[in-house]
Amino acid sequence: MKTTNGTTTRRARWERETLEPALKKSPERAMPFTTISGRPVNRLYTADDLSGVNDKPDIPDPGAFPYTRGIHATGYRGKLWTMRQFAGFGTPEDTNRRYKALLRAGGTGLSVAFDLPTLMGRDPDDDLSRGEVGKCGVSIVSLADMETLFDEIPLADITTSMTINSPASMIFAMYLVVAERQGADWRRISGTIQNDILKEFIAQKEYIFPPRPSMRLITDVFAFCTAEVPRWNTISVSGYHIREAGATAAQELAFTLRDGIEYVQYGVDAGLHVDAFVPRLSFFFNAHSDFFEEIAKYRAARRIWATVMRDRFDARHDRSWKLRFHAQTAGVSLTAQQPQNNVVRTALQALAAVLGGANSLHTNSLDEALALPTESAATLALRTQQIIAHESGVTTVVDAMGGSYFVEALTRDLEREAYQYFDRIDAMGGMVEAIERGYPQREIADSAYRFQQVVEARDKIVVGVNDFVSGEEEPIPILYIDEDTSVRQVAKVETLRRTRDNEHVARSLDTLRAAAAGTSNTMPPLLECARAYATVGEMCDALRDVWGEYQEEAVI
Amino acid sequence: MRKIRVVIAKPGLDGHDRGAKVIARALRDAGMEVIYTGLRQTPEQIVSAALQEDADVIGLSILSGAHNHICPEVLRLLKEQGLDDVLVVVGGIIPDIDAQRLKEMGVAAVFLPGTPLQDIVGFIDAHARSRIEQT
Repeated sequence: MKTTNGTTTRRARWERETLEPALKKSPERAMPFTTISGRPVNRLYTADDLSGVNDKPDIPDPGAFPYTRGIHATGYRGKLWTMRQFAGFGTPEDTNRRYKALLRAGGTGLSVAFDLPTLMGRDPDDDLSRGEVGKCGVSIVSLADMETLFDEIPLADITTSMTINSPASMIFAMYLVVAERQGADWRRISGTIQNDILKEFIAQKEYIFPPRPSMRLITDVFAFCTAEVPRWNTISVSGYHIREAGATAAQELAFTLRDGIEYVQYGVDAGLHVDAFVPRLSFFFNAHSDFFEEIAKYRAARRIWATVMRDRFDARHDRSWKLRFHAQTAGVSLTAQQPQNNVVRTALQALAAVLGGANSLHTNSLDEALALPTESAATLALRTQQIIAHESGVTTVVDAMGGSYFVEALTRDLEREAYQYFDRIDAMGGMVEAIERGYPQREIADSAYRFQQVVEARDKIVVGVNDFVSGEEEPIPILYIDEDTSVRQVAKVETLRRTRDNEHVARSLDTLRAAAAGTSNTMPPLLECARAYATVGEMCDALRDVWGEYQEEAVI
Repeated sequence: MRKIRVVIAKPGLDGHDRGAKVIARALRDAGMEVIYTGLRQTPEQIVSAALQEDADVIGLSILSGAHNHICPEVLRLLKEQGLDDVLVVVGGIIPDIDAQRLKEMGVAAVFLPGTPLQDIVGFIDAHARSRIEQT
């Protein structure tokens, strides 16, 4: 029964008889009670707070539409999430060694980090590559380097996720040739290419070509894989980077899913049937510090995606409705001060991802605010996942948080905010148009600045940084990558250019340019370029010739 | 006294601009004139911008590990242009051993993750002011 201001009499009585005396005796701490995203959090949530978007409670069962409680009826009782540690540095030989170590330590999937020259489609001997080769990922120049990277790692038996965007099609072509040469069947191999260019324009900024040709490369991958590599995840629609750039949880959720919607629209406009390619879209979210907000975010994501696929795009197959996601603990939350604290941060963030139903997970290492991880730090990060999986007990039940008043209310609130963002972006004409106007970029820059001010004011405590500070600290050992990698990779590319069939390369690049200028699928010419040992830089330059390069108008 | 003029630059291939933008905004809020170069600038472009904008300060944001190539280049070009009184500060992911070396080469400060904005604003304010007063 409600009182005149809407609260139930039960709540009014609690406030009067229990809460008020308690507050009088001991007031609450004087600080803003918000999530890390700035969302105000009520003191208490009860059944009264549970009204769904249409004003009825909506807590469907796991494995059933709209999958709020998970896409698998058996949750982790059926299958644990993939422990997929992102790794890569130096030469392909160096990274091959690290992959073998991670697999020996119990990792269940591979994840490739490429260096900036590779990510930006430049060879190690390019002027802009100076000082950058092998520093934040592995340097990959040509098919030869991909063969070395996966030496003694059977691609038929393992899934690989490759964090590559602008040159995703080039790297994917090389991977396919390696798989083929190993005797693996394209129809059976599985893995992922990140291949999410929209979030590059929005947040990570590793774009090369302008938006529309970039989208074309992606729809070409959709079509190619539907026909030839049906178990491959053609995109990992990413919110991780959007969040790292400063977005709130709601913005991460909204922009990521709206990017997904954009890709689906472009695929449909390119003539693909929605159920033919949507099942192979996957997602990648941040696992940030605010525990319950993150869990709610993942649940909202599943519910929104299922609903939008069915209602906006008329997808009929349940595999088109089920959102699968990889999560990575928040790099931006790691501190250079008192790095051991990062082990704790990562553990809590990983737990949130698991309670939110992540299908695949990467946990950061304690030293990553300082450098790429050492092997021992990377091992500890993996052990963090293994302890959650095997010792915490949270995997014994499906969606433990379901029915929590707080989590269900947060799930609903995040969902509502996401739909508001969708409306705004739809009104602008779509995500590509919104990006051209600088809209998501500005939202993110504002959130980033707001957060920094909150930290400066100590309204948000960061342990070891703005409170609980130590004096002089013992430096910890870090992975130091010197210029040796650059020397070796530059020598390799020079040798390659001398010893390969350069006419074959030139012909294959011409064919690629022609395809890019026309409408035929770019994957077959890229495969030919890969087989000819064209370099990543050469393939990208060929496309730069046709499409030009994108220049952003910076929004501060 | 005129406003302190700061060029905030993203050299090399690194596209992570959250820190650079937040600092640019904070410096602006503190009353400085801030020019943000945008991404993927060469040392030549950065020094050229500093020359054109009559900058008192160059702030380099480097998270990619390329600092040992970029910083000496920028310092060298500044000297070539007769601009070696321009304050150069660096922020990003810089191992301690490199930070030491950079400071010995002439970088005025290396700001690591977790540095309060006020410290950065304060440092630039204090050191750039003396350049202005001398000209």
